[in-house]
Amino acid sequence: MEFFQRFAIPHPSPAIYASMVAIALVSIGIVVGLTYFKKWGYLWREWLTTVDHKKIGIMYLLSALLMLFRGGADAIMMRAQLATPEAKLLDAQHYNEIFTTHGVVMILFMAMPFIFAFMNLIVPLQIGARDVAFPRLNALSFWLFFVGAMLFNISFVIGGSPDAGWTSYFPLAGNDFSTSVGTNYYMLAIQISGIGSLMTGINFCTTILKMRAPGMTLMKMPMFTWSAFIANVIVVFAFPVLTVALIMGTADRLFGANFFTTSNGGMDMLWANFFWVWGHPEVYILILPAFGLYSEIISTFSGRNLYGYKSMVWSMVLISLLSFLVWTHHFFTMGQGALTNSIFSITTMAIAVPTGVKIFNWLFTMWKGKIRFTTPMLYSVGFIPLFTIGGVTGVMLAMSAADYQYHNTMFLVAHFHNTIIPGVVFAMLAGLTYYWPKFFGFMLNEKIGKTTFWFIAVGFVLAFFPMYITGLDGQARRMYTYSESTGFGPLNMLSFFGGALMAIAFLLIVYNIWYSFKNSPRDIGSDPWDARSLEWATHTPVPEYNFARLPQISSSQAFWDSKKNGHVLFKGEIEDIHMPNNSGVPFVMSCIFFVAGFSFVFALWVPAVIALIGVFVCMTLRSFEQDHGYHIHAKEVKETEAKYGEVLNNEDRSRATSRV
Amino acid sequence: MMALVLILSGCEPLLVLDPKGPQAERQASDIMLSIGIMSFIVIVVMVILAVILFKYRASKLPDDYEPPHIEGNHIVEAICVGIPVLIVAYLSFVSVQSNYIVESAPVGYEEQEPLVVYASSSDWKWHFSYPEQGIETVNYLYVPTDRPLEFKLYSYGPITSFWIPQLGGQKYAMADMVTTLHLAADEPGEMMGRNANFSGKGFAENAFNVTAMSQADFDEWVQEVHETAEPLTESEFQELLEPGHLGQMTFTGTHLEFSPAPEHNHDSETTETEADHSEHSSHDESETNEETDHSGH
Ligand code: HEM
Ligand SMILES: [Cu+2]
Ligand SMILES: [Cu+2]
Repeated sequence: MEFFQRFAIPHPSPAIYASMVAIALVSIGIVVGLTYFKKWGYLWREWLTTVDHKKIGIMYLLSALLMLFRGGADAIMMRAQLATPEAKLLDAQHYNEIFTTHGVVMILFMAMPFIFAFMNLIVPLQIGARDVAFPRLNALSFWLFFVGAMLFNISFVIGGSPDAGWTSYFPLAGNDFSTSVGTNYYMLAIQISGIGSLMTGINFCTTILKMRAPGMTLMKMPMFTWSAFIANVIVVFAFPVLTVALIMGTADRLFGANFFTTSNGGMDMLWANFFWVWGHPEVYILILPAFGLYSEIISTFSGRNLYGYKSMVWSMVLISLLSFLVWTHHFFTMGQGALTNSIFSITTMAIAVPTGVKIFNWLFTMWKGKIRFTTPMLYSVGFIPLFTIGGVTGVMLAMSAADYQYHNTMFLVAHFHNTIIPGVVFAMLAGLTYYWPKFFGFMLNEKIGKTTFWFIAVGFVLAFFPMYITGLDGQARRMYTYSESTGFGPLNMLSFFGGALMAIAFLLIVYNIWYSFKNSPRDIGSDPWDARSLEWATHTPVPEYNFARLPQISSSQAFWDSKKNGHVLFKGEIEDIHMPNNSGVPFVMSCIFFVAGFSFVFALWVPAVIALIGVFVCMTLRSFEQDHGYHIHAKEVKETEAKYGEVLNNEDRSRATSRV
Repeated sequence: MMALVLILSGCEPLLVLDPKGPQAERQASDIMLSIGIMSFIVIVVMVILAVILFKYRASKLPDDYEPPHIEGNHIVEAICVGIPVLIVAYLSFVSVQSNYIVESAPVGYEEQEPLVVYASSSDWKWHFSYPEQGIETVNYLYVPTDRPLEFKLYSYGPITSFWIPQLGGQKYAMADMVTTLHLAADEPGEMMGRNANFSGKGFAENAFNVTAMSQADFDEWVQEVHETAEPLTESEFQELLEPGHLGQMTFTGTHLEFSPAPEHNHDSETTETEADHSEHSSHDESETNEETDHSGH
């Protein structure tokens, strides 16, 4: 009996039953559809077993969009609950579960895959490589992320969602106070996808250090690649901390260890320290690649080289170092004394300087440029003032004495959404629009795109700026309700309205994809934006080998120089190209991980042990496997290239442009 | 940002910006100072952006305009680094100064003996023990004006955060240590206090009322409590600790006698400034305290 109780949802509601039915119907629909259209083989060959970084990137992209909707649905439910005082839409337990899943899903299962999507799609192309350093590991990273996300997402229909906040502070997250299996899901799902992220970090550091095209020195790397490199260095240093913390937390919950409990010598503050030693760098893992995307986009649509390339690089290096020296600002109020607070107050504010340098560099890049207001550029231009506001409120929070008043209030919620939405989400949507033609062969509709931008920007301002005020008026975060007498009502209603505008914007994104898929022309060439960096020197859509001949690089905007200054990018003869074989192992292994994770959540030891053995068997088999990949022969490459026709015979093109 | 400033100074002041004591006053003035400087930065960025967007948009420029290649300029970059460095340095200076101010006895109250109140949280209530007066209240707090207040914070359960916005910013209450928060009230009145750190289902209602009154009124109240309230027994206190909500309650005696605070401070600094308090005898003792302390849940 007790066994079945654990699978029950702690607070069933019509919304959850409806979701259960919806999930079942969609799953059945997918299975039936795949069978009916005989697509199982295609799915297996082209996607589930692929090791192609571009396809993996696309899968990351689709998962991230999916999770954006999951997290967005949670967000709008929270805003609806808070829109009026004493609302009864959600009860306390349900609200707690929703803000917890919202936070986790948005940071770990939406923003992370989104940046990994862009890294996968773009980095190999920008450095003139044919793939990442370890293609099969890359597939494993993706599938681990994916099953981690799925494990997290089934929590609300099987056993209950985590309810201790995305920070999961102990002892609240311990068995005594968080009694459902929700927090087990938190520990295990994040662990599984976190291992994937760590491997991505190692993979991309290696790729960027080892696989650059001839002539591309570090200081000639395009800015997005730089940002991806630094972000991945941070991943490599930060994620092991999370792994250890989650192992300890899991041990506390499942095996009665006492690492973070408040009795038997456990230290709740240790969890807070571990969490934020990972957690603060994590926000820079997200924001730096976003900065990289903005750099590419702003420079393209200003028709100018990036101003202050070197200072851009150095400021990112400095930010990455400082990001590890500030974690304590998340608990200034833990009673650590004036000296500690002073030190972390100063290190935190110091980050504003390199960040300010970047803002000025973007401004100077536009200065004397020729600015085209395309959709990606609108996001980038909107980003600058909004992110500046988010940044300066961060400096306000960094003044630790004043933070005693902001901490845990809506002011903080306003601040971090103010950096993360214009910073990360805008960048993702800008990047999505910018790179869409490269990978899908058609442009997204500009008119719908611009409308989306305005909805999301205005919605954002209305949704979050009122929170600065209610925060200063004493509205604590994570309260599921408040009384009429507090006077928070009208401003929260405004927030809800803003949230609704953002929800419309997200629907418009889907509509745009569908509309453009139907209506956009397909003859867009390979460089529709008149861009500057190397990824645009490939065909559209990009052939599996990326470059028939590896490019020769002599500046940080090699492609621009080939277009405008007649540099020849591709020299020499086409040769046989070595490619890695597809493999089903990453997918299968991740599925086994899923089973292991699920079994651990419910402490089902027999399947857990069997699954863990399965994981080791996969690893053992792999270490004895001989797989040398295969060759695409020069003849075949030439045929493929010929099919793309005159579009990208690079020498012809540079001649053509010099005639103009 | 400007709109924000306007609203802040509007008719009904926001709690944090309507201080009733020196600590909150210092915090409010830091906040206003930073809002001022930060608005300036935001406005500068916005103006530069607007000018650039207006001047250099493609539709305005001749077709044959070719943007120049510019690598950077040392003077410009020195300014872009220098000004933020100056601003951050100034704010750091203010911040460090304020840290020491809010962590010590309130300005103007250094000479007086503080009123010590042990504020402990349990799911989802607040227990206030007045050891000097020998009384204890639940979910409401009476404090004298014009006297420094020293709150000793700890928790019977998850981490909570003790916050009275109009007297000063919050600090965590944890199960395994005691943190100290120095406050003072300048004028009599009613205020809102609450737990600001999420602590589970009953978190939203985890609030308490604060009433500041003259020392004479306060003494009178203490007198009255001694005359009218029941003593707090150990078994009754254990009952109070059960998860749930309670109204306001008053007792004579405090739970500190049978369920002492986990008095070991991790932060050496605050301990030093309070060397005159006898509770900080030794660390060994606190180990045993911790055990008894957790038999409660
Ligand atoms: C799309 C519009 C969004 C809305 C309307 C929204 C709204 C909210 C609300 C109402 C809360 C809870 C505040 C509280 O009660 O403490 C919250 C928390 C949070 N949000 Fe969002 N959010 C949005 C987007 C995002 C995005 C894009 C991210 C990150 C990439 C994000 C990350 C978080 C995090 C980390 C929390 C904290 C969760 C916690 O307290 O444990 N949100 N959001
Ligand atoms: Cu941080
Ligand atoms: Cu402690």
